Amino acid sequence: MTSSALLPVAALMTSLMASVIIFALPEKNYRLRTLINLAAAILKLTLVVVMVWGVMQGREYEAAFTMVPGVEFVLRADALAMLFAGLSALLWLLTTIYAVGYLENSPNRSRFFGFFSLCVASTMGIALAGNLFTFFLFYEMLTLSTYPLVVHRGTPKALRAGRTYIIYTLTGGAVLLLAIAWLHGLVGDLRFQEGGHFADLAPSLEGPVTMIFVLLITGLGVKAALVPLHGWLPQAMVAPAPVSALLHAVAVVKAGAFGIIRVVFELYGLEATSDLGLLMGLAAVAAFTIIYGSTRALFQVDLKRRLAFSTISQVSYIVLGLCLFGPVGAAGGLVHLVHQGIMKITLFFCAGNYAETLGVHCIDELDGAGKRMPATSMAFTLGAFGMIGAPPLAGFITKWTMGTGALAVGMDWVVAVLVASSLLNAAYFLPILHRLWFAPQSRPWPEERRWGRLETSSWLFWPPMVTVVLTVLFGVFAALPFSPLSWVELIVLREVAL
Amino acid sequence: MTSSLLYAFAGVALCGIGLFGFIRLRHLLRKLMAFNLMGSGVFLVMVGLAQRQGEPDPVPQALVLTGIVVAIAATALAVVLIRRYYHLSGQTTLDESPKEPSQ
Amino acid sequence: MTLWLMAGLLFTPLAWAVLTLLMDFRKGRVVTWLGMLVQLLVSLGLWAVVAGDGGFHYALGGWQAPLGIELRVDGLAVTFVLLTALVAAACGWHASIYLDPAKSWHRYFWPLYWFLWAGLNAVWLGGDLFNLYVGLELISLSAVGLVALGGQAAALRAAIRYLLAALLGSLAYLLGVALIYGQSGSLSLAGIARLTEQSGGDPGLAFALMLMMFGLALKTALFPLHRWLPPAHGIAKSPVSALLSALVVKASFYIAARLWLELGDELGSYALAQGMGLLGGTAVIWGSWRAFLQPKLKQVVAYSSVAQIGYLFLLFPLTWGASEAVSMQAQQGITLQVISHALAKAAMFLAAGNLIMSVGSNRVEALAGVSRFLPFSLFSFGLAGVSLMGLPPSGGFAAKWLLLQASLGSGQWWWLVVLLLGGLLSAGYVFRIYRASFVEDSDIDHFYHPPRSLEVIPMILALLSLGLGLAAESVLSIMALPFEEGGGV
Repeated sequence: MTSSALLPVAALMTSLMASVIIFALPEKNYRLRTLINLAAAILKLTLVVVMVWGVMQGREYEAAFTMVPGVEFVLRADALAMLFAGLSALLWLLTTIYAVGYLENSPNRSRFFGFFSLCVASTMGIALAGNLFTFFLFYEMLTLSTYPLVVHRGTPKALRAGRTYIIYTLTGGAVLLLAIAWLHGLVGDLRFQEGGHFADLAPSLEGPVTMIFVLLITGLGVKAALVPLHGWLPQAMVAPAPVSALLHAVAVVKAGAFGIIRVVFELYGLEATSDLGLLMGLAAVAAFTIIYGSTRALFQVDLKRRLAFSTISQVSYIVLGLCLFGPVGAAGGLVHLVHQGIMKITLFFCAGNYAETLGVHCIDELDGAGKRMPATSMAFTLGAFGMIGAPPLAGFITKWTMGTGALAVGMDWVVAVLVASSLLNAAYFLPILHRLWFAPQSRPWPEERRWGRLETSSWLFWPPMVTVVLTVLFGVFAALPFSPLSWVELIVLREVAL
Repeated sequence: MTSSLLYAFAGVALCGIGLFGFIRLRHLLRKLMAFNLMGSGVFLVMVGLAQRQGEPDPVPQALVLTGIVVAIAATALAVVLIRRYYHLSGQTTLDESPKEPSQ
Repeated sequence: MTLWLMAGLLFTPLAWAVLTLLMDFRKGRVVTWLGMLVQLLVSLGLWAVVAGDGGFHYALGGWQAPLGIELRVDGLAVTFVLLTALVAAACGWHASIYLDPAKSWHRYFWPLYWFLWAGLNAVWLGGDLFNLYVGLELISLSAVGLVALGGQAAALRAAIRYLLAALLGSLAYLLGVALIYGQSGSLSLAGIARLTEQSGGDPGLAFALMLMMFGLALKTALFPLHRWLPPAHGIAKSPVSALLSALVVKASFYIAARLWLELGDELGSYALAQGMGLLGGTAVIWGSWRAFLQPKLKQVVAYSSVAQIGYLFLLFPLTWGASEAVSMQAQQGITLQVISHALAKAAMFLAAGNLIMSVGSNRVEALAGVSRFLPFSLFSFGLAGVSLMGLPPSGGFAAKWLLLQASLGSGQWWWLVVLLLGGLLSAGYVFRIYRASFVEDSDIDHFYHPPRSLEVIPMILALLSLGLGLAAESVLSIMALPFEEGGGV
């Protein structure tokens, strides 16, 4: 295997191997397990950074073999893949640290971390997949590895949530498989390619290809939480906070959104999708999801559930961005992949901190938490402002880019959606902030724990600090060459050849 | 009607009677005897249909011999099982007895 | 060299069967371990010969057919021989630790096991219709005996029911053989195929084919002739259930498939092909539904077998009147399905046996806490489940993919529904087991932990089934020309 094939495979294998080793370790070897977890995460991050460097210089990394007659298994590191892979690798490291602290002294940690590593391996595979077939392989693997994490606690509520999750995701998977098999039967094995394949489509194929698009979006939309396929996400919040943070706010929903990006840009091609009249439909669904998610969030009393509906709403920004037929809009959508990930994970980390340190799960219990846990609350505040779109944070960059992109192509209604959504975000975030900082503590904390000098355990303290700093940096320094925005502009340049 | 065809028809008739008994009869030993009747019918068909121009054809005879051996082995196994089953459960049919404790 | 290999494959199991008849359980198991090693080596050797030089015909004792026994060794046959060696070795090894040496009748496990192995090899390598009959009978009688080893009245009832069904099936098959010989004067598949090509579809031969299909379908437990399978596979000892579900039902299917591929185009009809596919599809849905409802763990797995067997019968509509490419895809898909199901189902039954032994009950609800204290056994069960659900990267997924392509290619889009729905329904009963095992009811480990070797065996089989999807291309290329006739008699 040449070195260009080795890197993607190695990136995948780090977490696969870590998973196998962790499963084999006895439950009580927690120090060794933590060591392996962190070592694997750091190794993976290093490999991804190396690949990012190479891709920036125009190098290609690819590994392929024929898996089943007629179809290939392909891992390819291109610019788009590196965007998602970089996000996943970085956030995996932070979430691992967070999870070690969160699950301290709870049972079944070997099982948890083993499946956690498998999830990350699947996410890396999704990022690096070079054709739909390989993408599907890892997509289903992600479903299977996330189930044990959702039902980790073993309570009846967790088991019910797990069952809902599986019904939604496996059905979505079956629809996706149908679409992929059908497409394969029509046009053979297509690799993802910048600009897509269907620019010059034979008219006889237009009907089936349109149908296949609808099926693909449906299958991918389950994970991407497009309404009405979103029902599993709020229920999955019963999982432990690290799971909700990384997986359901970042990895799983982003996998769905990433799939949609690949399909629209690199399978069909933006122009072809628009010619077939599909872009408008997708935009409508995305816009509806944005408004619906934000509205439902207003009525949630549990903090994590409110964040879940916020995720449903925010992930559709990415899809909406794609539908803005132009490079600026596409850039806005793509960069939100990174920005929303960073901001949302901050919020979930903070929510987890409140739950672990104070026993607080509902919003009305948050009164005065700002005084007790100032750093966490500051992180939460900045994350919330980022979501609302306040400058100079990352969220503002997204909304600004998308807004200008929409105006450039004459889709003014999108701007209205963005504004409405920002107002709704404010409506459900500001009351929380008010309670945190300005409301005096009305009753004793449900379950308080103390950890010495820091307001909470150091494993739980630092990850949200890191992510909130990134939120600020990505916003303030968006114009610099190494920011996500610049990387995205590089991608869009290659993808949207208009 | 040649004699071989006669054998074949007789074989089919035996087979039919055996099949009827196999399905309808409930007592296990009777089922077994019906099976043997069916087997004989099939062997008769084999011998009857497979005569070619009156010359002795060794192939079907070899087949029938093998078949008889197999049938004997199967019958022996069946008898042993039925006996043991009767010994353990006191029943001679396959119906579930209502007072038997569930597994 | 080939002489020794062929002798090894057929006569070693028979010799071992006789040997172990004279011993008790413990000595028998030591002798069996030796025999398993021999068989594995011989199977690998034969595989190497075929991979190197291609397939060949072999006349036993130098006597030519039709009175002599002629064996046909091609890529597909040798793949199944190797599969049998793997799965049977795993099940035999598991049985040697799992079965209780104190029960004196358990010593009959070994002779029956070896007769079963001999019969299986005879079927995979068989070259003409009658030898296939003998192999089938040997398999059936040994399998019935193995089921009856359970000892209680319920096991005997299941064994008798199985025996009656098997005998009826064999007789139908034999009658069909008799009719075919009467019409065509030949017993070899190639000879009959040539005859039908020249003379076209003959109603007598068509009727004979239908009879044989009926008999073989009964032995493969195709819906609605499946009633004997759940009691037999559910009540038998776990290693026996594994052998039965993984290999025994596949032998009769193998013969049916060979018959169909040689003779089906001429003697079959669109109605027959679609009918068998329809019964297969119903089996998938009905079996999965029943599996979901069963309170006992092994009954869930047994009904799962009924469902998975349904997939196999999609071979019939997808190869009848289809183009070369589509037919090849269907054959490849079905072959992968057979191999992956054999590995996964054996793993599942062996793991279920371990779980039942640890938990002390065979009910699904009793599995609470297993995922915490017995993760290894549960994991093998879980991995096997992934293959049954047809999720990537398992062999079950590769099979499903090829069958989906074949359905699309031949325009028979209704099988897509069966394939996709079947996967979802199987997820229903597999996740039911997972869910039951994730329930946390106590912090105390009150389970009996089985010996490590018992847990490792199903894990190996499950991993093989999982990895089959990744190696699908290489496995299929070994088979070269699946089901095709090399030379003739």
